[in-house]
Amino acid sequence: MAVATPPPTRKKKSARRKQLEAMILYPIDWLEERSGLVGGIKYFLFRKVPGDTNWMQTLGSATLTAFLVQTVTGVILAMYYKPDPENAYKSIQHITNDLTLGWLVRGMHRWGASVFIILMFMHMGRVFLFGAYKYPRELNWIVGVLLLALGMLEGFTGYLLPWDQTAYWATIVGINLNGTAPILGPFLSQFLRGGAEIGPDTIARFYSLHMLLLPGGIMALIGLHLYLVVRLGVTSPPWSPDAAGSERVDAPAATNGRSGLVRPGPRGRNGG
Amino acid sequence: MPEAESEEEIDRFPRSKFLEGATLGLGGVIGGLVTVPVLGFAVAPAFLHQHTHNVDLGPIGDFTEGQFVVATFMVDPAAGEVSRRTAYVRNNGLLKNLPSFTILSNRCAHLGCPVQPNGPIFQDKEKIQKIKGGLEVRLIPTLPAGGFGCPCHGGQYDTEGNRTAGPPVRALDRYEYSIRNGNLWLGKTYSVGKVKGQGANAQIAKYPLAGPGEHVDGIESWLYPVDPPHG
Ligand code: HEM
Ligand code: FES
Repeated sequence: MAVATPPPTRKKKSARRKQLEAMILYPIDWLEERSGLVGGIKYFLFRKVPGDTNWMQTLGSATLTAFLVQTVTGVILAMYYKPDPENAYKSIQHITNDLTLGWLVRGMHRWGASVFIILMFMHMGRVFLFGAYKYPRELNWIVGVLLLALGMLEGFTGYLLPWDQTAYWATIVGINLNGTAPILGPFLSQFLRGGAEIGPDTIARFYSLHMLLLPGGIMALIGLHLYLVVRLGVTSPPWSPDAAGSERVDAPAATNGRSGLVRPGPRGRNGG
Repeated sequence: MPEAESEEEIDRFPRSKFLEGATLGLGGVIGGLVTVPVLGFAVAPAFLHQHTHNVDLGPIGDFTEGQFVVATFMVDPAAGEVSRRTAYVRNNGLLKNLPSFTILSNRCAHLGCPVQPNGPIFQDKEKIQKIKGGLEVRLIPTLPAGGFGCPCHGGQYDTEGNRTAGPPVRALDRYEYSIRNGNLWLGKTYSVGKVKGQGANAQIAKYPLAGPGEHVDGIESWLYPVDPPHG
């Protein structure tokens, strides 16, 4: 059954429409000419990925989204939170009970923290099960391990901040746990406490690590992580003929016979 | 072109090399000048000037012989409530005509949670001592018939602070004490391996204060050759 497709009709653009398009394009062109940023973003968004990528491969972006939610909600919480032993608990109560929508933003940050950690682990599990840590992506796995460590430290330092009984004693136990490491453990725990005992300095120091040092480190590492993702391309799932680690006989010389570097997926190769 | 190769032999130190070295060297010096004090400020205060505070618990007549008392007090009034500590104090009567006390720290020797008396706490008999300087010390009698227990991971201790069960690695820490003008004063905290005997006659294996979870005796204590200054 052959259906004759009508020839594409292209209406002539009205002058008004042309004017409108020019208005939108002008600033974009202006930016592109002076920075190349638009081309860069286009390259990032429309780069080639294997044709058989899988939904599991969205877990990394999900983790990134969770981190961005933590950043935004955290910055807003920081406008009302007071990091000292006298006021920390009071300010958390104030955020939760008095301020408009404070309960929601705090809830997003508190539950979002767990979501972020869980997503990080799921993403790592996907990478492991897909064998996506194999050559040439070992370095990105290592960057990921650092991200995991910094992410867990974010959770540990943030947990003290509400300064309630759970926060206080869980942090005591956590710090002392570090203190039992051989040789340097006692020095590590005393550094974390900011002294021989938990005191007014401890909460301020945790707050500083929680909202400045660790997020800064995480952002820098996320940048490196994504750079490597774009440079090396993403892997095909393990059931693909192009799965990570499989040799490709017909691979172009440039990829050195290794699979997983950017190229069209099976559908692309079969002319699909 | 006669001296083609002699030109190669001249040890050249072009301006670009000098500038490269100067930039790296100067950058390194400036970076170091900034980093060293900043890192020092981040680390050193946690280890320097850690002092012990002596705390006045009030007249020794307020401690009934043979009875444990939950004493809560602030070790550093300037720091406020964060510095509130708890000790279990028992008057052991006289030993060779000198007063004897058993003063256990409530800091669990596993990971530092607050151990609780296994037995009734007589809240209605609470005594609040007003100490000079507007400070308060609270004394609540208790009867830890089953020793002391930790809420966190179930560590158990007897009334001398010896570990009887659970994850703690040693006995409960103790406070040194002194009697000044009839008042009981707390001094330094020290760690304890094991206690033999009881009350005034206890023989205490005393060690410098160690963090919770650190072994003070046996082969595992080799894991902690140096301890940071606790004050
Ligand atoms: C730039 C990023 C962040 C900023 C500025 C920030 C800031 C804050 C602030 C001001 C608080 C105290 C308010 C509160 O307790 O509700 C807090 C708490 C907390 N944060 Fe963050 N945060 C950031 C990222 C993260 C991340 C990535 C995590 C987790 C992995 C995290 C985990 C926590 C936790 C567990 C608490 C305790 C929440 C609670 O009990 O309510 N934060 N953070
Ligand atoms: S902290 Fe007391 S048993 Fe773990």
